[in-house]
Amino acid sequence: MSRSNDGEIIRGSGLTWLLIGVTAVTLLASIAMVFGLAPDPVNLVTPTERFAQRIFYFHVPTWWVGFLAFLIAAVAGGLYLATARDQWDAISVSSVEIGLTFITIGLITGSIWARPTWNTWWTWEPRLTTAAIGWLMYAAYLMLRNAIENPARRARLAAVFSIVAFLDVPVVFLAIRWWRTIHPVVIGGADQGMGGFSMGPTMLLVFLFSLVAFTLLYVTLLVLRTRTENLSRRVDDMKQQIIFR
Amino acid sequence: MSYLRKVYAIVVKDVAAELRTREMLSSMLVFALLVILIFNFAFELRADNQRTLAPGVLWAAIAFAGTLGLTRSFIVEKDRGSIDGLLLAPVDRSAIFLGKMLGNTLFIGVVDLITLPVFIVLFNLPVTSLLPLAGVAALGTFGLAGVGTLFSAMAVHTRAREVMLPVLLFPVAVPVILAAVKLTAGIIDALPFSEVQSWFSLLAVFDVVFAALSLILFDYVMEE
Repeated sequence: MSRSNDGEIIRGSGLTWLLIGVTAVTLLASIAMVFGLAPDPVNLVTPTERFAQRIFYFHVPTWWVGFLAFLIAAVAGGLYLATARDQWDAISVSSVEIGLTFITIGLITGSIWARPTWNTWWTWEPRLTTAAIGWLMYAAYLMLRNAIENPARRARLAAVFSIVAFLDVPVVFLAIRWWRTIHPVVIGGADQGMGGFSMGPTMLLVFLFSLVAFTLLYVTLLVLRTRTENLSRRVDDMKQQIIFR
Repeated sequence: MSYLRKVYAIVVKDVAAELRTREMLSSMLVFALLVILIFNFAFELRADNQRTLAPGVLWAAIAFAGTLGLTRSFIVEKDRGSIDGLLLAPVDRSAIFLGKMLGNTLFIGVVDLITLPVFIVLFNLPVTSLLPLAGVAALGTFGLAGVGTLFSAMAVHTRAREVMLPVLLFPVAVPVILAAVKLTAGIIDALPFSEVQSWFSLLAVFDVVFAALSLILFDYVMEE
């Protein structure tokens, strides 16, 4: 890395700022659409239920980002194992951290919705259970990293774990089919008794927009977090150079 | 030496080392029996039908005892310094993994074999259920040993060695434990096989996929 680049790396390039700007505008527009444009679902009767339903536009994209983040982490982990380039490890760990944050938000928003709709904060319903297990798995990922001192070994073992852990994601989808479940299957499901609803064209539009906004938010966070990770590694390298000079 | 002979040699080495002290097997066994006893005490007063709890108790015992053995699997190698010798041996890394995994399956399998009759007696189950239960135990044990051996090799490199394995293994092994519990419940309730077939498939698929995956990834874990 040349020295003339340093200012740009620390402040961020024009492209990064553009990305941040676009994400911010899209997110604000998405919030406006959720509360201004999206109609009430027709089959939900009580006002609380109708209002709580709007969390759907944030809850589902949050989980989407969680899965996407863990997918990217596993892919980056695989690329690290193939190439042994630090860059991939930095992306992998950044993506896991973002994913863990988002599924934590997903668990919380789910709870907030479940309280008025199912009359409970939490139930040991399979998909919820699997979600909680996924959370534990990626918390274990961070613990594993913390417990290894050698950076190359840390990167290697973390990559291995991120790949194994990601394979648990399909089990989430198997689970919803095989167990009896009260989690509403919104898309294409007719599960309207337990808080499910069918989506009209406007609702679908708002939902897809919100999905795009959250994906942009993920990309922005990943770019920023990976840069922080790279910078902190450079600081570590510099410290080593000073100590052993 | 052919590939299978190499794998066999590693299994024999692990078995011979264990038979000299028997410390791992005996502690696993006592631990598994303790778990079953403790759950018996813990549930006896409150549960109307103890049989509904039985599958969970059995698999908690196997999983906990299994982690004990799996943790030791690489820690003994590291502490005695024999891991370097193992890695220097002119065998493929995958042969080391397979040997270790089969050895671990064998050790947990022995614990299963002794635990199952005790389990049947304590929960008052028909003796004929021993054979199908042993089948389910074999499949579940193989699944645990598959990822377990990979994670054990990982955990030995971390600072909190013994603590790390269960933290890594249990969340990932949930599909195995879940499917095994469901199959065990099916046997206890004498359900027809068609009703639990999907769980059987899940368990079999997990066994194969995760053993294969661990086999591939083991190379990277052992790279020095």
